[in-house]
Amino acid sequence: MATPAPALARPILEPGMPVVEFSHVNLSFDRGPVLRDISFTVRHGEMRIILGPAGVGKSVIMKLANGLITPDSGEIRIFGRLLSDMSPREMYEMRAHIGMVFQESALFDSLNVEDNVAYRLEEEHCDPTEIHTRVVEALRFVELEQAINKFPSELSGGMRRRVSIARAIISKPDLILYDSPTGGLDPITSTTIIELIVKQRDVSLTTSLLITHRIQDAFTLATHRYNETTNHMELIPNGGIAPSTEFLVLNEGRIVFDGTTQELTNTTDDWLRAFVS
Amino acid sequence: MRIPSPEAFAKRIVASVQEYSLLTWHAVAAIFSRPRYTDDTFTQMDSVGFGSLPIVILTGFFTGCVLTLQSATSLKQFGAVNMTGRLVALSMVKELGPVLTGLMVSGRNASGMASELGSMKVSEQIDAMRALGTDPVRKLVTPRVVATVTMMFFLTIVSDACGIAGGALVAVGLLGLQGGVFFHTAFRSLVFGDVVEGLAKPLFSGFIIATIGCFYGLRTTGGTQGVGRSTTQAVVVSSVLIILFDFLVTKLMIGFFGR
Repeated sequence: MATPAPALARPILEPGMPVVEFSHVNLSFDRGPVLRDISFTVRHGEMRIILGPAGVGKSVIMKLANGLITPDSGEIRIFGRLLSDMSPREMYEMRAHIGMVFQESALFDSLNVEDNVAYRLEEEHCDPTEIHTRVVEALRFVELEQAINKFPSELSGGMRRRVSIARAIISKPDLILYDSPTGGLDPITSTTIIELIVKQRDVSLTTSLLITHRIQDAFTLATHRYNETTNHMELIPNGGIAPSTEFLVLNEGRIVFDGTTQELTNTTDDWLRAFVS
Repeated sequence: MRIPSPEAFAKRIVASVQEYSLLTWHAVAAIFSRPRYTDDTFTQMDSVGFGSLPIVILTGFFTGCVLTLQSATSLKQFGAVNMTGRLVALSMVKELGPVLTGLMVSGRNASGMASELGSMKVSEQIDAMRALGTDPVRKLVTPRVVATVTMMFFLTIVSDACGIAGGALVAVGLLGLQGGVFFHTAFRSLVFGDVVEGLAKPLFSGFIIATIGCFYGLRTTGGTQGVGRSTTQAVVVSSVLIILFDFLVTKLMIGFFGR
C-alpha cells in the first residue's frame, strides 16, 4: 500500500467549456514530422472522433492530450490548464481525472481483473468495501462481472478491451481517451464495445476523444443513441445524428477536416470523400 | 548493419548517461516525498533478499572453500599455513564477499528487473500506469533501489560468513588445520577499516543493480527481442560497473584507512 499523496482536486467544468485545446501543435520524431500545426478544441460533453489512415499520428494526439509526451511547439490545454506549465506532480493529479483506453488494452498482467479495475481507487486510498462495490459496478457496466477474479491472460481480446474501459471509467473521469477501442476485434465484439462507448457518452455525458480506423464504427457512434429503458443502443430516428459527436480527420500529420457528421458526409473534398466512402 | 558515425555514437552515449542520471535522481528524490510505496518495497526486499539467499550462500561457501585450498597450498611453501584463516577472512570480507554477491545478485535481479519492466514497457503498461496517475519511477524504481541497497548489505554479511565457514570446514576437514587457529587468525586480522570497506561496497553494488536494471527496462523498445536485449545489457553493464566501483571504493578506503 502506498503512503497517500495530498488529495486531488476535481476540475470544475461548465457546459460548453473547452476541455481539450490544441493550439498550433507540432511534433517530430527521428523519422521526421508526425504532427504539423494541429489546432482543435473539444468542449465539455462532446465526443470527438479522430479518423485518418494508419501511422498519421492519431495515437500521438492521445498521448499528447494526456501529457505522456510533450510537443516540440504549440500549446495544449486540458481542463483549461496549460500542460507545459504543470509540474510533474500536477500532471499526475490531472491524469487522475482522465480515463484512457489503450489500443492493446494495456492491462497489468500480474493483477487480476478486480485489481486492474480498482488500480486508481487503490492509489487514492479509498475504503476497500467501497472499492469492491465500485469495481463490481464498473464491471457490470461493461457486462463482465463474472470475470472479476480472472487474470488478463485468461481473457479474450474483446473482454480485455471491456476491462480496460471499466478501468478507465471507474473513477468517473471528466475526459476519456479511447485509442482504437475496436482495433483488432471482430465485428460483433466491436459493436459491443461501441455500445459501451455510446452508453458512456449518453448516460454519463463524459467528454471524450476517440480514435478509430473503422469508418462504420465512427458512423455508428454518430447515428446511434443509448436507450436506458431497453438498455441497448438504438438508431436515432428520422436519420438523426448525435449532436455531441463531431469529427476530426488527419492526413499526413495535418488536420484535413474538423466539423460535424453532416459536414463530413456532405464534403466536396475528393480525398475525404474517398476516405469516408 | 549500418555503422553509426562517431558523432552520433557520442551523442547517444551522452544522452544515455543524462537519461540514467535523471532516472536515478528522480528515484532517490522520491524516497523523501509522498506517495511512498512501502508494500512494494517489502515485496522487492523479499524477492531480492530472500530470493537471492540460496545463490549467495552457495557462492560464498564454495568461494571460501576454494580460497582456503588455494591459499593453504601457497602458504605452506613459506611455512605460513596457519595464516590461512587470516587470508581467507580478509579476502572474503574486503573483496570476494561484496564483489561475488554483487555479481550474483546482478545476474539474478538486474536481469529480472530489466525484463519485468521491459515487458511492461513494450505492452504499454508503463504508459497505462502514467495515464492512471501513478509515477512509474516512484512506484517501480524507488522500491527496487531501496530494497536492493538494503538487502545487498545483509546478503554480503551472509556471504562473508558462509565463505569463512566454508574455508574453516576445508581447513579443518581436508587440510588438517586447527579450527581454533583458523578462526583466531581470521578474527585478529580484521580491523574496523576492513569491515567498513566490505560493507560499503554492497551499498554501491545494490544501487547499481537496481538503477541499471530499471534503466534498461524502462528504455526497452522493439518487442520481445528488445526485452531480451535490455536484459543482457542490464547484466553486462551492472557487472562491469560493480567491478569498476569495487576498484574505486577500494582506492578510496585505502586512502582513508591506509590498508
